[in-house]
Amino acid sequence: MLAAALRKELLLQWRSRGQMMAVFVFGAAALLLFSFAIGPNAHALRTFSAGFLWLGLLLSSTLTLAESFHAEMENRALEGLLLLPSDPRALYYAKAIANWLQLTILGCALVPVMVVLYDAGTTELLTLFAVIVLGTAGLSAPGTLYAAMTAQVKAKQTLLPLLLFPLIVPALLASVKATSLAITGDPMEQSRSWIVLLAAFDLIYWSLCGLLYGKVVEE
Amino acid sequence: MSEVSIDVEGVARRYGRRWALAGVTFHVPAATAMMVTGRNGAGKSTLFRVLATAIRPDRGSARVGGFDVVREREDVRRLTALLSHQNYLYETLTARENLQITVDHLGKGRNGIAGALEQVGLGARATDAVSTFSAGMRKRLSFARVLLQEPRVVLLDEPYGALDPPGFDLVDEVIAGLRRRGATILMATHQWERSAKLCDLALVLEEGRVAWTGPASEVLQHEVRG
Repeated sequence: MLAAALRKELLLQWRSRGQMMAVFVFGAAALLLFSFAIGPNAHALRTFSAGFLWLGLLLSSTLTLAESFHAEMENRALEGLLLLPSDPRALYYAKAIANWLQLTILGCALVPVMVVLYDAGTTELLTLFAVIVLGTAGLSAPGTLYAAMTAQVKAKQTLLPLLLFPLIVPALLASVKATSLAITGDPMEQSRSWIVLLAAFDLIYWSLCGLLYGKVVEE
Repeated sequence: MSEVSIDVEGVARRYGRRWALAGVTFHVPAATAMMVTGRNGAGKSTLFRVLATAIRPDRGSARVGGFDVVREREDVRRLTALLSHQNYLYETLTARENLQITVDHLGKGRNGIAGALEQVGLGARATDAVSTFSAGMRKRLSFARVLLQEPRVVLLDEPYGALDPPGFDLVDEVIAGLRRRGATILMATHQWERSAKLCDLALVLEEGRVAWTGPASEVLQHEVRG
Protein backbone atom coordinates (compact mmCIF):
# COMPACT_ATOMS: atom_id res chain seq x y z
CA MET A 1 0.00 0.00 0.00
CA LEU A 2 2.81 2.43 0.92
CA ALA A 3 4.65 1.63 -2.31
CA ALA A 4 1.51 2.29 -4.38
CA ALA A 5 0.85 5.56 -2.57
CA LEU A 6 4.48 6.67 -2.90
CA ARG A 7 4.47 5.84 -6.62
CA LYS A 8 1.41 8.05 -7.02
CA GLU A 9 3.00 10.92 -5.08
CA LEU A 10 6.20 10.82 -7.11
CA LEU A 11 4.20 10.69 -10.34
CA LEU A 12 2.17 13.73 -9.27
CA GLN A 13 5.36 15.59 -8.34
CA TRP A 14 6.96 14.71 -11.66
CA ARG A 15 3.94 16.04 -13.54
CA SER A 16 4.13 19.32 -11.63
CA ARG A 17 7.92 19.68 -11.79
CA GLY A 18 7.57 23.20 -13.22
CA GLN A 19 6.24 24.18 -9.82
CA MET A 20 9.47 22.93 -8.22
CA MET A 21 11.51 25.30 -10.37
CA ALA A 22 9.24 28.19 -9.37
CA VAL A 23 9.69 27.33 -5.68
CA PHE A 24 13.48 27.19 -6.13
CA VAL A 25 13.45 30.65 -7.72
CA PHE A 26 11.31 31.88 -4.81
CA GLY A 27 13.80 30.45 -2.28
CA ALA A 28 16.79 31.91 -4.15
CA ALA A 29 15.05 35.30 -4.33
CA ALA A 30 14.45 35.17 -0.57
CA LEU A 31 18.18 34.50 0.03
CA LEU A 32 19.05 37.41 -2.23
CA LEU A 33 16.70 39.74 -0.34
CA PHE A 34 18.17 38.67 3.00
CA SER A 35 21.62 39.64 1.70
CA PHE A 36 20.28 43.09 0.75
CA ALA A 37 18.90 43.48 4.26
CA ILE A 38 22.34 42.85 5.84
CA GLY A 39 24.27 44.95 3.34
CA PRO A 40 27.89 44.49 2.18
CA ASN A 41 29.15 43.09 5.47
CA ALA A 42 30.92 39.85 4.50
CA HIS A 43 31.42 38.68 8.08
CA ALA A 44 27.77 39.23 9.06
CA LEU A 45 26.55 37.55 5.88
CA ARG A 46 28.66 34.47 6.54
CA THR A 47 27.66 34.40 10.22
CA PHE A 48 23.92 34.54 9.46
CA SER A 49 24.03 32.44 6.28
CA ALA A 50 22.72 29.28 7.96
CA GLY A 51 19.74 31.13 9.39
CA PHE A 52 18.95 32.68 6.02
CA LEU A 53 19.22 29.31 4.27
CA TRP A 54 16.71 27.73 6.64
CA LEU A 55 14.37 30.72 6.55
CA GLY A 56 14.42 30.55 2.75
CA LEU A 57 13.74 26.84 2.91
CA LEU A 58 10.98 27.31 5.49
CA LEU A 59 9.19 29.95 3.42
CA SER A 60 9.52 27.81 0.28
CA SER A 61 8.23 24.76 2.15
CA THR A 62 4.87 26.40 2.83
CA LEU A 63 4.38 26.64 -0.94
CA THR A 64 5.33 23.03 -1.70
CA LEU A 65 3.42 21.60 1.25
CA ALA A 66 0.21 23.45 0.40
CA GLU A 67 0.60 22.55 -3.28
CA SER A 68 0.99 18.87 -2.45
CA PHE A 69 -2.70 18.77 -1.43
CA HIS A 70 -4.00 20.80 -4.36
CA ALA A 71 -4.32 17.73 -6.60
CA GLU A 72 -5.92 15.76 -3.76
CA MET A 73 -8.64 18.35 -3.20
CA GLU A 74 -9.34 19.33 -6.81
CA ASN A 75 -11.75 16.46 -7.49
CA ARG A 76 -11.74 15.06 -3.95
CA ALA A 77 -9.22 12.49 -5.13
CA LEU A 78 -8.04 11.90 -1.58
CA GLU A 79 -11.57 10.94 -0.54
CA GLY A 80 -11.66 8.56 -3.49
CA LEU A 81 -8.53 6.82 -2.24
CA LEU A 82 -9.82 6.59 1.33
CA LEU A 83 -13.04 4.98 0.10
CA LEU A 84 -11.21 2.26 -1.88
CA PRO A 85 -10.28 1.66 1.04
CA SER A 86 -6.71 2.84 1.57
CA ASP A 87 -4.86 3.01 4.84
CA PRO A 88 -4.64 6.71 5.86
CA ARG A 89 -1.23 6.08 7.43
CA ALA A 90 0.15 4.76 4.14
CA LEU A 91 -1.25 7.81 2.35
CA TYR A 92 0.31 10.10 4.95
CA TYR A 93 3.76 8.52 4.90
CA ALA A 94 3.81 8.47 1.10
CA LYS A 95 3.01 12.17 0.92
CA ALA A 96 5.36 13.07 3.77
CA ILE A 97 8.21 11.12 2.13
CA ALA A 98 7.52 12.78 -1.24
CA ASN A 99 7.47 16.22 0.42
CA TRP A 100 10.63 15.35 2.31
CA LEU A 101 12.37 14.36 -0.92
CA GLN A 102 11.24 17.56 -2.61
CA LEU A 103 12.43 19.74 0.28
CA THR A 104 15.76 17.90 0.45
CA ILE A 105 16.36 18.56 -3.25
CA LEU A 106 15.33 22.18 -2.75
CA GLY A 107 17.64 22.53 0.26
CA CYS A 108 20.58 21.06 -1.66
CA ALA A 109 19.83 23.35 -4.61
CA LEU A 110 19.79 26.43 -2.36
CA VAL A 111 23.20 25.64 -0.81
CA PRO A 112 25.19 26.85 -3.85
CA VAL A 113 23.07 30.02 -3.88
CA MET A 114 23.93 30.53 -0.21
CA VAL A 115 27.63 29.94 -0.88
CA VAL A 116 27.68 32.48 -3.72
CA LEU A 117 25.60 35.17 -2.00
CA TYR A 118 27.07 34.91 1.51
CA ASP A 119 30.54 33.49 0.80
CA ALA A 120 29.55 30.65 3.12
CA GLY A 121 31.51 27.76 1.68
CA THR A 122 32.28 24.66 3.72
CA THR A 123 34.21 21.43 3.39
CA GLU A 124 31.80 19.68 5.77
CA LEU A 125 29.52 18.70 2.91
CA LEU A 126 28.48 15.38 4.38
CA THR A 127 27.46 17.00 7.67
CA LEU A 128 25.63 19.75 5.79
CA PHE A 129 23.77 17.16 3.71
CA ALA A 130 22.85 15.19 6.84
CA VAL A 131 21.49 18.35 8.47
CA ILE A 132 19.45 19.20 5.38
CA VAL A 133 18.03 15.67 5.24
CA LEU A 134 17.11 15.68 8.94
CA GLY A 135 15.93 19.30 8.96
CA THR A 136 13.66 18.86 5.95
CA ALA A 137 12.28 15.68 7.53
CA GLY A 138 11.39 17.85 10.52
CA LEU A 139 9.57 20.28 8.21
CA SER A 140 7.75 17.70 6.09
CA ALA A 141 6.29 15.52 8.87
CA PRO A 142 4.21 18.17 10.67
CA GLY A 143 4.00 20.23 7.47
CA THR A 144 2.20 17.44 5.61
CA LEU A 145 -0.25 16.99 8.49
CA TYR A 146 -1.01 20.70 8.74
CA ALA A 147 -1.24 21.05 4.96
CA ALA A 148 -3.92 18.32 5.06
CA MET A 149 -5.73 20.16 7.87
CA THR A 150 -5.75 23.47 6.02
CA ALA A 151 -6.25 22.11 2.49
CA GLN A 152 -10.00 22.71 2.54
CA VAL A 153 -9.83 26.08 4.27
CA LYS A 154 -10.15 29.25 2.21
CA ALA A 155 -7.24 31.02 3.91
CA LYS A 156 -4.91 28.02 3.71
CA GLN A 157 -1.90 30.04 2.50
CA THR A 158 -2.10 32.10 5.69
CA LEU A 159 -3.22 29.41 8.08
CA LEU A 160 -0.56 26.83 7.20
CA PRO A 161 2.42 29.01 8.22
CA LEU A 162 0.54 30.23 11.30
CA LEU A 163 0.07 26.66 12.51
CA LEU A 164 3.35 25.23 11.28
CA PHE A 165 5.96 27.82 12.20
CA PRO A 166 5.55 27.74 16.01
CA LEU A 167 5.60 23.94 15.98
CA ILE A 168 8.84 23.52 14.09
CA VAL A 169 10.88 26.03 16.12
CA PRO A 170 12.99 23.28 17.78
CA ALA A 171 13.76 21.68 14.40
CA LEU A 172 14.53 25.06 12.86
CA LEU A 173 16.80 26.02 15.75
CA ALA A 174 18.71 22.74 15.63
CA SER A 175 19.02 22.91 11.83
CA VAL A 176 20.34 26.48 11.90
CA LYS A 177 22.84 25.74 14.68
CA ALA A 178 24.13 22.55 13.05
CA THR A 179 24.38 24.22 9.62
CA SER A 180 26.14 27.23 11.11
CA LEU A 181 28.68 24.99 12.84
CA ALA A 182 29.29 23.18 9.53
CA ILE A 183 30.02 26.52 7.83
CA THR A 184 31.91 28.44 10.51
CA GLY A 185 33.69 25.47 12.08
CA ASP A 186 32.97 23.22 15.04
CA PRO A 187 36.03 23.08 17.33
CA MET A 188 33.93 22.01 20.35
CA GLU A 189 32.11 19.32 18.35
CA GLN A 190 28.70 20.74 19.25
CA SER A 191 27.00 19.81 16.01
CA ARG A 192 26.50 16.21 17.11
CA SER A 193 24.14 17.26 19.93
CA TRP A 194 22.10 19.47 17.57
CA ILE A 195 21.84 16.62 15.07
CA VAL A 196 20.68 14.26 17.82
CA LEU A 197 18.04 16.81 18.85
CA LEU A 198 16.92 17.07 15.22
CA ALA A 199 16.73 13.29 14.86
CA ALA A 200 14.68 13.05 18.07
CA PHE A 201 12.29 15.74 16.82
CA ASP A 202 11.91 13.85 13.54
CA LEU A 203 11.27 10.56 15.27
CA ILE A 204 8.54 12.03 17.47
CA TYR A 205 6.77 13.91 14.69
CA TRP A 206 7.00 11.17 12.06
CA SER A 207 5.42 8.77 14.54
CA LEU A 208 2.79 11.15 15.92
CA CYS A 209 1.66 12.71 12.64
CA GLY A 210 1.20 9.29 11.01
CA LEU A 211 -1.20 8.34 13.78
CA LEU A 212 -3.12 11.63 13.59
CA TYR A 213 -3.50 11.81 9.82
CA GLY A 214 -6.55 9.54 9.68
CA LYS A 215 -8.37 11.80 12.17
CA VAL A 216 -7.53 14.83 10.05
CA VAL A 217 -8.62 13.58 6.64
CA GLU A 218 -11.57 11.42 7.67
CA GLU A 219 -14.79 12.90 8.97
CA MET B 1 -20.18 -12.97 -5.92
CA SER B 2 -22.03 -13.12 -2.59
CA GLU B 3 -25.01 -10.82 -2.40
CA VAL B 4 -25.22 -7.83 -0.13
CA SER B 5 -28.20 -5.86 1.14
CA ILE B 6 -28.54 -2.29 2.43
CA ASP B 7 -30.44 -1.32 5.57
CA VAL B 8 -31.01 2.30 6.50
CA GLU B 9 -32.74 3.15 9.78
CA GLY B 10 -33.63 6.73 10.69
CA VAL B 11 -30.53 8.24 9.12
CA ALA B 12 -30.25 11.97 9.59
CA ARG B 13 -27.45 14.29 8.63
CA ARG B 14 -27.15 18.04 8.87
CA TYR B 15 -24.87 20.68 7.41
CA GLY B 16 -24.73 23.54 9.86
CA ARG B 17 -28.31 24.13 10.96
CA ARG B 18 -29.94 22.58 7.89
CA TRP B 19 -30.92 18.93 7.93
CA ALA B 20 -30.02 17.40 4.55
CA LEU B 21 -31.42 14.06 5.70
CA ALA B 22 -34.09 14.10 8.37
CA GLY B 23 -34.66 10.46 9.31
CA VAL B 24 -34.55 8.19 6.29
CA THR B 25 -35.49 4.52 6.60
CA PHE B 26 -35.51 1.94 3.82
CA HIS B 27 -34.22 -1.49 2.86
CA VAL B 28 -32.64 -2.67 -0.38
CA PRO B 29 -32.60 -6.47 -0.70
CA ALA B 30 -29.47 -8.16 -2.00
CA ALA B 31 -28.89 -8.11 -5.78
CA THR B 32 -31.58 -5.50 -6.23
CA ALA B 33 -31.40 -2.18 -8.05
CA MET B 34 -33.14 0.81 -6.47
CA MET B 35 -33.46 4.22 -8.05
CA VAL B 36 -33.49 7.22 -5.76
CA THR B 37 -35.11 10.34 -7.07
CA GLY B 38 -36.09 13.72 -5.76
CA ARG B 39 -35.60 17.38 -6.45
CA ASN B 40 -32.23 19.08 -6.15
CA GLY B 41 -31.30 19.33 -2.47
CA ALA B 42 -33.62 16.49 -1.48
CA GLY B 43 -30.71 14.66 0.17
CA LYS B 44 -29.79 12.07 -2.45
CA SER B 45 -26.06 12.80 -2.56
CA THR B 46 -25.86 13.08 1.22
CA LEU B 47 -27.53 9.68 1.55
CA PHE B 48 -25.06 8.15 -0.89
CA ARG B 49 -22.10 9.72 0.89
CA VAL B 50 -23.33 8.30 4.21
CA LEU B 51 -23.68 4.82 2.70
CA ALA B 52 -20.23 5.07 1.09
CA THR B 53 -18.80 6.12 4.52
CA ALA B 54 -17.53 9.44 3.14
CA ILE B 55 -19.52 11.20 5.87
CA ARG B 56 -21.08 10.04 9.12
CA PRO B 57 -24.77 10.27 9.95
CA ASP B 58 -25.68 12.53 12.87
CA ARG B 59 -28.52 10.20 13.83
CA GLY B 60 -29.72 6.75 12.90
CA SER B 61 -27.78 3.85 11.53
CA ALA B 62 -27.06 2.22 8.21
CA ARG B 63 -25.69 -1.20 7.38
CA VAL B 64 -24.22 -2.39 4.10
CA GLY B 65 -23.88 -6.15 3.85
CA GLY B 66 -24.49 -6.29 7.59
CA PHE B 67 -21.61 -3.91 8.33
CA ASP B 68 -22.29 -0.65 10.14
CA VAL B 69 -21.22 2.40 8.13
CA VAL B 70 -19.74 4.10 11.19
CA ARG B 71 -18.25 1.31 13.30
CA GLU B 72 -17.22 -1.05 10.48
CA ARG B 73 -16.24 1.50 7.91
CA GLU B 74 -13.36 -0.48 6.39
CA ASP B 75 -15.59 -3.51 5.76
CA VAL B 76 -18.24 -1.34 4.10
CA ARG B 77 -15.60 0.26 1.90
CA ARG B 78 -14.36 -3.12 0.71
CA LEU B 79 -17.87 -3.92 -0.53
CA THR B 80 -18.84 -0.56 -1.96
CA ALA B 81 -17.98 1.71 -4.87
CA LEU B 82 -19.32 5.25 -5.19
CA LEU B 83 -19.73 7.13 -8.44
CA SER B 84 -19.82 10.64 -7.04
CA HIS B 85 -20.38 14.14 -8.42
CA GLN B 86 -16.70 14.59 -7.62
CA ASN B 87 -14.94 12.28 -10.00
CA TYR B 88 -11.98 11.42 -7.70
CA LEU B 89 -9.55 11.88 -10.58
CA TYR B 90 -6.11 13.50 -10.72
CA GLU B 91 -6.16 16.17 -13.40
CA THR B 92 -2.47 16.07 -14.28
CA LEU B 93 -2.37 12.30 -14.73
CA THR B 94 -3.56 10.32 -17.73
CA ALA B 95 -6.67 8.15 -17.80
CA ARG B 96 -4.54 5.00 -17.55
CA GLU B 97 -2.45 6.38 -14.67
CA ASN B 98 -5.58 7.29 -12.73
CA LEU B 99 -6.85 3.74 -13.06
CA GLN B 100 -3.42 2.34 -12.20
CA ILE B 101 -3.57 4.26 -8.93
CA THR B 102 -6.94 2.67 -8.18
CA VAL B 103 -5.84 -0.91 -8.83
CA ASP B 104 -2.47 -0.39 -7.13
CA HIS B 105 -4.20 0.80 -3.95
CA LEU B 106 -6.58 -2.15 -4.13
CA GLY B 107 -3.65 -4.52 -4.54
CA LYS B 108 -5.02 -5.79 -7.85
CA GLY B 109 -3.18 -6.40 -11.08
CA ARG B 110 -3.20 -3.88 -13.90
CA ASN B 111 -4.49 -6.33 -16.50
CA GLY B 112 -8.06 -5.10 -16.40
CA ILE B 113 -7.28 -1.44 -17.08
CA ALA B 114 -7.20 -1.60 -20.87
CA GLY B 115 -10.46 -3.53 -20.94
CA ALA B 116 -12.16 -1.10 -18.56
CA LEU B 117 -11.07 1.85 -20.69
CA GLU B 118 -12.37 0.14 -23.83
CA GLN B 119 -15.65 -0.65 -22.10
CA VAL B 120 -16.28 3.02 -21.32
CA GLY B 121 -15.15 4.16 -24.77
CA LEU B 122 -11.86 5.74 -23.71
CA GLY B 123 -9.44 3.18 -25.13
CA ALA B 124 -8.06 5.68 -27.61
CA ARG B 125 -7.57 8.36 -24.94
CA ALA B 126 -5.78 6.21 -22.37
CA THR B 127 -2.58 8.25 -22.44
CA ASP B 128 -4.23 11.69 -22.42
CA ALA B 129 -4.27 13.79 -19.28
CA VAL B 130 -7.62 14.04 -17.51
CA SER B 131 -7.31 17.85 -17.66
CA THR B 132 -7.97 17.58 -21.42
CA PHE B 133 -11.18 15.58 -20.90
CA SER B 134 -14.72 16.87 -21.18
CA ALA B 135 -17.16 16.39 -18.29
CA GLY B 136 -18.69 13.39 -20.06
CA MET B 137 -15.32 11.74 -20.56
CA ARG B 138 -14.49 12.25 -16.91
CA LYS B 139 -17.76 10.57 -16.02
CA ARG B 140 -16.87 7.64 -18.27
CA LEU B 141 -13.46 7.35 -16.62
CA SER B 142 -15.11 7.41 -13.21
CA PHE B 143 -17.26 4.52 -14.39
CA ALA B 144 -14.13 2.60 -15.37
CA ARG B 145 -12.78 3.26 -11.88
CA VAL B 146 -15.95 1.83 -10.34
CA LEU B 147 -15.82 -1.25 -12.59
CA LEU B 148 -12.21 -1.98 -11.62
CA GLN B 149 -13.21 -1.99 -7.96
CA GLU B 150 -15.49 -4.98 -8.67
CA PRO B 151 -17.89 -3.85 -5.94
CA ARG B 152 -20.77 -5.80 -4.50
CA VAL B 153 -22.65 -2.60 -3.75
CA VAL B 154 -22.63 0.19 -6.33
CA LEU B 155 -23.76 3.70 -5.43
CA LEU B 156 -24.29 5.72 -8.59
CA ASP B 157 -24.96 9.40 -7.94
CA GLU B 158 -26.35 10.91 -11.14
CA PRO B 159 -24.74 8.36 -13.48
CA TYR B 160 -26.28 9.97 -16.58
CA GLY B 161 -25.08 13.47 -15.68
CA ALA B 162 -22.87 15.14 -18.33
CA LEU B 163 -23.13 12.18 -20.70
CA ASP B 164 -24.19 12.22 -24.35
CA PRO B 165 -26.86 9.81 -25.73
CA PRO B 166 -24.29 7.03 -26.44
CA GLY B 167 -23.10 7.60 -22.87
CA PHE B 168 -26.65 6.95 -21.64
CA ASP B 169 -26.59 3.59 -23.41
CA LEU B 170 -23.21 2.88 -21.88
CA VAL B 171 -24.60 3.48 -18.39
CA ASP B 172 -27.49 1.15 -19.11
CA GLU B 173 -25.07 -1.55 -20.29
CA VAL B 174 -22.83 -1.12 -17.27
CA ILE B 175 -25.77 -1.34 -14.88
CA ALA B 176 -27.10 -4.41 -16.65
CA GLY B 177 -23.65 -5.99 -16.39
CA LEU B 178 -23.39 -5.19 -12.69
CA ARG B 179 -26.83 -6.70 -12.14
CA ARG B 180 -25.81 -9.88 -13.92
CA ARG B 181 -22.88 -10.14 -11.50
CA GLY B 182 -25.29 -9.91 -8.58
CA ALA B 183 -24.35 -6.42 -7.41
CA THR B 184 -26.76 -4.40 -5.30
CA ILE B 185 -27.28 -1.03 -6.95
CA LEU B 186 -28.51 2.28 -5.61
CA MET B 187 -28.82 4.95 -8.28
CA ALA B 188 -29.71 8.61 -7.80
CA THR B 189 -31.14 9.99 -10.99
CA HIS B 190 -33.53 12.41 -12.64
CA GLN B 191 -33.87 10.08 -15.66
CA TRP B 192 -37.05 8.49 -14.32
CA GLU B 193 -38.29 6.63 -17.35
CA ARG B 194 -34.92 5.25 -18.32
CA SER B 195 -34.00 4.20 -14.79
CA ALA B 196 -37.39 2.69 -14.06
CA LYS B 197 -36.69 0.10 -16.75
CA LEU B 198 -33.37 -0.84 -15.15
CA CYS B 199 -34.35 -0.88 -11.49
CA ASP B 200 -36.63 -3.04 -9.36
CA LEU B 201 -37.43 -0.49 -6.69
CA ALA B 202 -37.72 3.26 -6.40
CA LEU B 203 -37.48 5.70 -3.55
CA VAL B 204 -38.48 9.35 -3.70
CA LEU B 205 -36.84 11.78 -1.31
CA GLU B 206 -38.34 15.13 -0.42
CA GLU B 207 -36.58 17.56 1.89
CA GLY B 208 -34.52 14.81 3.45
CA ARG B 209 -37.41 12.42 4.05
CA VAL B 210 -38.74 9.39 2.23
CA ALA B 211 -41.83 10.63 0.37
CA TRP B 212 -42.59 7.42 -1.47
CA THR B 213 -41.15 3.98 -1.99
CA GLY B 214 -42.35 1.12 -4.14
CA PRO B 215 -41.76 -0.75 -7.39
CA ALA B 216 -39.75 1.23 -9.92
CA SER B 217 -42.40 0.61 -12.56
CA GLU B 218 -44.83 2.72 -10.49
CA VAL B 219 -42.53 5.65 -9.80
CA LEU B 220 -43.71 7.52 -12.90
CA GLN B 221 -47.13 7.79 -11.33
CA HIS B 222 -45.70 9.53 -8.30
CA GLU B 223 -45.54 13.28 -8.61
CA VAL B 224 -42.69 14.95 -6.79
CA ARG B 225 -44.03 17.76 -4.68
CA GLY B 226 -42.66 21.19 -5.42
